Amino acid sequence: MRARVFVTLKPSVFDPQGRTIADALHSLGYGSVQAVRQGKYFELDLATTEAAKAKVLAAEVADKLLANPVIESYRIEVE
Amino acid sequence: MIDPQVLERHQLKPDEYDRILQFLGREPNLTELGLFSVMWSEHCSYKSSRVHLKTLPTEGPQVLQGPGENAGAVDIGDGLAAVFKIESHNHPSFIEPYQGAATGVGGIIRDIFTMGARPIALLNSLRFGALDMPGTPRLLEGVVAGIAGYGNSMGIPTVGGEITFDPAYAGNPLVNVFCLGVAKASDIIKGVASGVGNAVYYVGAKTGRDGIHGATMASAEFDERSAEKRPAVQVGDPFMEKLLLEACLEVMKTDALIGIQDMGAAGLTCSTSEMGSRGGAGIEIDISLVPQRESGMTPYEIMLSESQERMLLVVKPGREAEVERIFEKWDLHAVSIGRVTADGMLRVRERGQVVAEVPTGALTDQAPVYRRPMTPPDYLADAQRLDLDALERPRALDAGRTLSSPATHGLFALLGSPTIASKRWAYRQYDHMVRTNTINLPGLGAGVVRLKGTDRALAMSLDGNGRYCYLDPYRGAMLAVAESARNVACTGARPLGATNCLNFGNPERPEIMWQLAKAVEGLGAACRALGVPITGGNVSLYNETDGAAIYPTPVIGVVGVLDHADRVVGSRFRAPGDVIVLLGEGSGELGGSEYLKLVYDLVRGAPPALDLDRERALQELVIALVGERLIRSASDCSEGGLAVTVGECSFGTGGIGAELSVEPVNVARNPHLNVAATLFGESASRIVVSVAGDAVTAVLKQAAAAGVPTRVIGRTGGDRLRIATGGDIVIDVSIEEAERVWSTAIERYFVKKVA
Amino acid sequence: MLTRAGDTVKFAVIVFPGSNCDEDAYHAATAVLGQKAEYVWHKDTDLKGADVVVLPGGFAHGDYLRTGAMARFSPIMREVRTFAERGGPVLGICNGFQVLLEAGLLPGAMLRNRGLKFRCEHVHIRVEQTDTPFTLACRGGQVLRMPIAHGEGNYFAEPDVIARLEANRQVIFRYTTAEGELRDDANPNGSVSAIAGICNDTRNVVGLMPHPERACESPLGSADGLLIFESVVQSLKAGALVAGA
Repeated sequence: MRARVFVTLKPSVFDPQGRTIADALHSLGYGSVQAVRQGKYFELDLATTEAAKAKVLAAEVADKLLANPVIESYRIEVE
Repeated sequence: MIDPQVLERHQLKPDEYDRILQFLGREPNLTELGLFSVMWSEHCSYKSSRVHLKTLPTEGPQVLQGPGENAGAVDIGDGLAAVFKIESHNHPSFIEPYQGAATGVGGIIRDIFTMGARPIALLNSLRFGALDMPGTPRLLEGVVAGIAGYGNSMGIPTVGGEITFDPAYAGNPLVNVFCLGVAKASDIIKGVASGVGNAVYYVGAKTGRDGIHGATMASAEFDERSAEKRPAVQVGDPFMEKLLLEACLEVMKTDALIGIQDMGAAGLTCSTSEMGSRGGAGIEIDISLVPQRESGMTPYEIMLSESQERMLLVVKPGREAEVERIFEKWDLHAVSIGRVTADGMLRVRERGQVVAEVPTGALTDQAPVYRRPMTPPDYLADAQRLDLDALERPRALDAGRTLSSPATHGLFALLGSPTIASKRWAYRQYDHMVRTNTINLPGLGAGVVRLKGTDRALAMSLDGNGRYCYLDPYRGAMLAVAESARNVACTGARPLGATNCLNFGNPERPEIMWQLAKAVEGLGAACRALGVPITGGNVSLYNETDGAAIYPTPVIGVVGVLDHADRVVGSRFRAPGDVIVLLGEGSGELGGSEYLKLVYDLVRGAPPALDLDRERALQELVIALVGERLIRSASDCSEGGLAVTVGECSFGTGGIGAELSVEPVNVARNPHLNVAATLFGESASRIVVSVAGDAVTAVLKQAAAAGVPTRVIGRTGGDRLRIATGGDIVIDVSIEEAERVWSTAIERYFVKKVA
Repeated sequence: MLTRAGDTVKFAVIVFPGSNCDEDAYHAATAVLGQKAEYVWHKDTDLKGADVVVLPGGFAHGDYLRTGAMARFSPIMREVRTFAERGGPVLGICNGFQVLLEAGLLPGAMLRNRGLKFRCEHVHIRVEQTDTPFTLACRGGQVLRMPIAHGEGNYFAEPDVIARLEANRQVIFRYTTAEGELRDDANPNGSVSAIAGICNDTRNVVGLMPHPERACESPLGSADGLLIFESVVQSLKAGALVAGA
């Protein structure tokens, strides 16, 4: 199975990169882009065929390494 | 199968193909054609420049390694060698600024540690279009970030360099990077394969399809379709390189290696054929053993890949396990991919089957050499003519400013010109202090690093002036050598050797070839006279976009040694009340100057005259004065002339001003031009020094004995820069205001609002 | 181990793959301070009898994923944790500070500098607390000049964590002007509350972004960093004196 892990800064954490990208988009005329948050995306190839197990495993590695709970939160999709 | 289209795609000319047929005695297959194509590219073979490079002085008692190896080396005393080289990464940086510059840094670092030296300093010389042209800020930002990203991660300080802006480089920026390392002179290792049967090891990153035909790309002009060549860009992995660096240095300590070479341009092809050729040996490898990142790669792709951070090693018999163990410690896997043979052939197998077989010498030493036709360019005679009396009043540069005089106007224009202005915006992105050796912080003049465990320090500087070379490549190249050596001498270091990076246009055009030949002549003359042999370098040709060549731009790196690191001087004033002395004298030469370019928008006239004997006497004098602790600062006087130099000596000091009285020159009928020539003329062979009051007599006496014309021109102190000439005060500005103009000229292009 | 006040102090300098200020810390401890030091490889499993542990600057594991994120799983970090729990002095400099944060030995996390660029330059930091093994030779409020060299030194923690740090006097260094004034333009990276360095609640683990090891000899531009190293030497010797008495 494949798990996708999306790691983003928590809403309370200022994201200077996202802000700079938003500014750049505004200067390109995309005023309707109100805000940008930059994050990280991981694809995990997992040796399991059960979605539930895949989700648990992905959450475990996200907790352990992929995300730093002090500043980041994550979301998982499996297929 | 090998038809004219295939040859053209490989950038091989019909007569070159005939030569291949002669070497092989048969038609090459496509893989073999690929090998010839990359090894005979301008970038790898130096086929257009080689006859000229041969005329350069490369020998001296201090030279431990001249051109032909991964890097040059000079003896710096205490049984140590300084190993250094410069390399261009112009084309890759234009296509992808961050990765192009980053991999340039990675490549030059590998060249240094491949020699067994611990890299301890980086410099870079960058040239871009004018900063107010669209695209330039983005390019500058990417290149600087790429250099920082790679060098910082490696823990090698970037201690200096130069950044120049001129429309001539708009379509073709120059990114030249320099690295210096230190090794025990007796431990220098070479890129040689010998000993029949010895194992050939591959270590480092896996091979992917990246950078295939990077070497041939670097040898072709840019055109609109260059963007399509994007897949040829390599991506750097500084972490892998850091592991390689530490692991290789650890392996080298064991004495288990015969030779080692990095896989840079032309990848596995270049490293195998060059190592074999240098050792008079052959090499046989099986590409199915090469670690691969992608599946289904052909022998052609594996041989030509320019994936970064890879090394090729030849190991002494019986020492294989030891070498493998050290690499394992660093989580690297050294893989034996072949053996050294006696037959002088590069033989490539794929699962045992021979897929290419070419004499190593045919790829390297016997590559084509051209003596290309040369003619002086048409523009030259006219461009060298400069009639100051025909100039009109300067165009207003900054209408918003209220100016007290044309001289003040000129000074502010120069200080605010990005080429002269502070480069702090760039160098504070570089870690310039790691290794705790940097004793002259970057910003002005040469970079200086001390050598722990000795009393010594090394000084190094990169210099070039494309505008001078455009107006007179012979003299321009001489001036570049003189300036670089002078910058080194100003710290108190004795110049020992030089490396050069020759950036030119298309050598198939006779006027470009003439520029190249004249520049090399000038380099040779200056290096000979100043005692700095060339120990290696790099040639970058085809620097053109849509048929427009860059200025001919030789960039010179000079390295020198200070016997007593604690006597080093910087270029800035140290204290108020010191006496300012000018060593050497100017004659108000405005030809090719920054002033003419900025204020009159003119690139005209002859570059400043240079008397190499006087230059040498001047450099020896300043080295002696520093060595005897007679001067407190020394600053080379070049771009922007005397007024800019003195201003820069005041900046970064917390506002130590200066009051000067300088002899006027008489070069024009218009009095304001005479003032400008006095203040902003770029006569060579001048150094501004500051001297404590009680040492002035001794300084003047030594200067007289050395035959260097010398004059007390003023005193440090106050918070203003005040310059009088011919009885008139022509400049009177606050240091604070002048410094603000100088220090914000580049940053203001990058001001971002981030809350 | 230090048993008498006359003994030399032994520093362990942890070397992760990608560390690059390890030699600088070693040089400061030995050549400048005249103490002993030993490199300890990240896969090692003992601290070789060191009295103080330094996690040096650099780019451990390339700073890939997040700065310090992978280094915390190195075998030696178990030993560092045990050493710290027993009260041993641990100093994390720059990347070493980031490793301590990721390892949970210090609270908080690092974000990209607010200017988004790597910055290398001398800055000023004010010593906020002197009752740690790395600041006891400083005066309270003393301003030190030291270089920074980082791209991710923008210290962040949730407001309740910051409040706790302040209440427990765990903020050890703050970025200030040369005169010791808190000013936004003296904060080089946007750190919350201008935090440049903190300690744990038992005060023996200290992390800071500036590089004291780069400021131990005046030809390098400052010798203020010596105070940090001298502090820990004094602290250990005082401890040995008490233990021996």
